[in-house]
Amino acid sequence: MSVMQAGRQTWLFAPAPLLLGSAAVVGKREGAGPLAEDFDVIHKDNYLGQKSFEAAEQKMLEEACNLAVRHAGLGRDEVDLHFSGDLLNQITSSSFTARSLGLPYLGIFGACSTFAEGQALAALAVASGAAQQALSSTSSHTNAAEKQFRYPNEYGAQKNETTQITVTGAGAAVIGQMARKTELRPVKITSATIGKVVDLNVTDPFNMGAAMAPAACACLLAHFKERQVPPDYYDLILTGDLGRVGSPLLQELLLKEGLFLPDKQLNDSGKMIFSDEPKNLAGGSGCGCIAATACGHIRRQMAAGNLRRVLLIATGALLSPLSVQQKESIPGIAHAVSWEVE
Amino acid sequence: MSKKAQKANPSSAALRQQAAEQVYQNMQQSQKPPSHLLRNCFNAFWTGGLICLLAQGVQEILLRQGFNLENVGAPTSAVMILLAVILTMLGVYDHISQLAGAGSAVPITGFANSVSSAALEYRSEGLVLGVGGNMFKVAGPVIVFGAAAAFVVSIVTALYYSLGGGAL
Repeated sequence: MSVMQAGRQTWLFAPAPLLLGSAAVVGKREGAGPLAEDFDVIHKDNYLGQKSFEAAEQKMLEEACNLAVRHAGLGRDEVDLHFSGDLLNQITSSSFTARSLGLPYLGIFGACSTFAEGQALAALAVASGAAQQALSSTSSHTNAAEKQFRYPNEYGAQKNETTQITVTGAGAAVIGQMARKTELRPVKITSATIGKVVDLNVTDPFNMGAAMAPAACACLLAHFKERQVPPDYYDLILTGDLGRVGSPLLQELLLKEGLFLPDKQLNDSGKMIFSDEPKNLAGGSGCGCIAATACGHIRRQMAAGNLRRVLLIATGALLSPLSVQQKESIPGIAHAVSWEVE
Repeated sequence: MSKKAQKANPSSAALRQQAAEQVYQNMQQSQKPPSHLLRNCFNAFWTGGLICLLAQGVQEILLRQGFNLENVGAPTSAVMILLAVILTMLGVYDHISQLAGAGSAVPITGFANSVSSAALEYRSEGLVLGVGGNMFKVAGPVIVFGAAAAFVVSIVTALYYSLGGGAL
């Protein structure tokens, strides 16, 4: 057994499973952003040559999965388990991707927290010996999400500054016990903290950063308490998609709990993936936001030795268009996964 | 409060949740980005005016083409609708709206945009259930409540006259 429960919510993996390979595939807006160099594929066409946005998202996810498996130096038949999730109804992007990959598949939904959920489950499966290699993947597509959750894409609704823009991107990572390719600095997945749903009665679906910040705060506090590491243990604590509105709220919530994290230690994928021009509103969101940032940018930073210990906290807003119309508040969730290199 | 005391008093958890919600509401209020009400009003004013000026120009042209003041309204609207649909199709209208807000939403062009954008969006689900079923997804409520409001106004007007009201 190489999984240990620490406290109630945290899993410690020892020996830690390795991140064998990862891939990030993104769309045009992300490709024009500050992290452009770190993505494996950038698509200029949001349709990816497909007939619908939904088909485009699936294609992007497929591409990311195949690339991640190839980067791991594996064949597809060597991957034993596939966890995947996305934002579309009944997670069709993931299931259709699983259909073409043909791997044993478990579909998951955690809204935008799906990335960390998949990572934690894949690491758990590998560490417990249930799988030799496991693939975790997730995706989101700005037009497909807009169509499902908000208005038609070309409809002229004025978006306010708290609105976040769904990232068009897919991220996939293969996790395994043994590295096929010898890497200079293999990334280890050392721990995971499974978050609880937190709802502080935020009802504005155009301000999801605010809805998710309390969940991120709770998850972070639980992680530090249960893993018993000091706050400065991590070089970077990367939240999923709190954006420019949710991030300062998280910082203030943490301060109230007596935890001070400086700006350079606490960052957000939603803020990183787009430049801070006004046209990018409050930043990025969606499953693909932290997935593409982590599988592309963070992984390369760690390989280059610029970052040694990173805590990824993917945050999700568990709403549906229906629940919003029925005036329900927006429950938030956050899961954390730690990536470390020696 | 000890855990035992919390268990004995079931409402305390609810009270704490309520307090946490309130604290968070306050925190959000203090960090809220400014709403730019004045700027939005100003932008809506001049862009909306510009669209009306454009429509006036179209009307002047049509008047010279043999239309008279009685019948020029409908073709002018049709031209404005066509322009809005073309701009929607080219993917431009939503960018104009981001600046203009109500300025581009209130004129007939906004209505045309809401219908054509939905039609475009749901084309991938087929002509009948996709385009047909969803075309009025955004504009539908406007029509429903427009008709309902017209009904109420007509009844009030009829009552006014039947009760001996003078000419308005």
